[in-house]
Amino acid sequence: MPTVTVSFTPLPEHVRTARFIAASVARRAGVADDVLDEIKLAVSEACSLAVRFNLAHAPSAPVELRLIEDPESFSVEVADSVGRAAPDADRELAFDLSTDDDRVDGVDLSGHERLGLAVISGLVDDVKVEYLEAGSVVTMTWPIG
Amino acid sequence: MDLSLSTRAEGEHTVVVVGGEIDVYTAPKLREQLIDLVSAGSYHIIVDMENVEFLDSTGLGVLVGGLKRVRAHDGSLRLVCTQERILKIFRITGLTKVFPIHGSVDEAVAATD
Repeated sequence: MPTVTVSFTPLPEHVRTARFIAASVARRAGVADDVLDEIKLAVSEACSLAVRFNLAHAPSAPVELRLIEDPESFSVEVADSVGRAAPDADRELAFDLSTDDDRVDGVDLSGHERLGLAVISGLVDDVKVEYLEAGSVVTMTWPIG
Repeated sequence: MDLSLSTRAEGEHTVVVVGGEIDVYTAPKLREQLIDLVSAGSYHIIVDMENVEFLDSTGLGVLVGGLKRVRAHDGSLRLVCTQERILKIFRITGLTKVFPIHGSVDEAVAATD
């Protein structure tokens, strides 16, 4: 059962708020202090992606951040409202120096998605990404204690 | 904390001192700063990240964009960073192989590689 659910308009300025709420709830849930920076970064990546996709394709739909605490773990779910296929994992990451898509509003959303998911996978051992008709859901779980 | 930016000249280098948080909201300011510098003829840039408190992949994208712009003029973009929590994302993404990362501005200024 969600401990805290936050629903926010898909705007870049709210991503900072989202990661601070996640870190704050994680700390209260008993997640080790040295993991809080990782949680902030992973939540920032997931929320940035959700904001980008909703802003581009469903600007009136909020991004949902669900923070779920159980006795042994702390989970974060970030849901957007843009149904799509998973990005092609075989393509290069967005940092191909021959491209020029460093704009925050860059059109290569799939490149941002591959990169964001690569960072999350590098940070978090337990990650699940679901691509549903109603949108994608990134679920990241950390042990407590 | 929001993003803070200041620049100063160090010989032929321009040092950009960045403080605060670089994310999807603040990264455009850094991007504009780097574009302005290159447009004004600064092709050897050092980004001092010692006061950066948070950096995500949006910020990395902007730094790579800056690198591409200076390289187009045979320039360089060096980073100064000793903070483990910031260096971690460079390692995860393999960018430690793309950016020269130095322990101090003096070291970056003196570097010739």
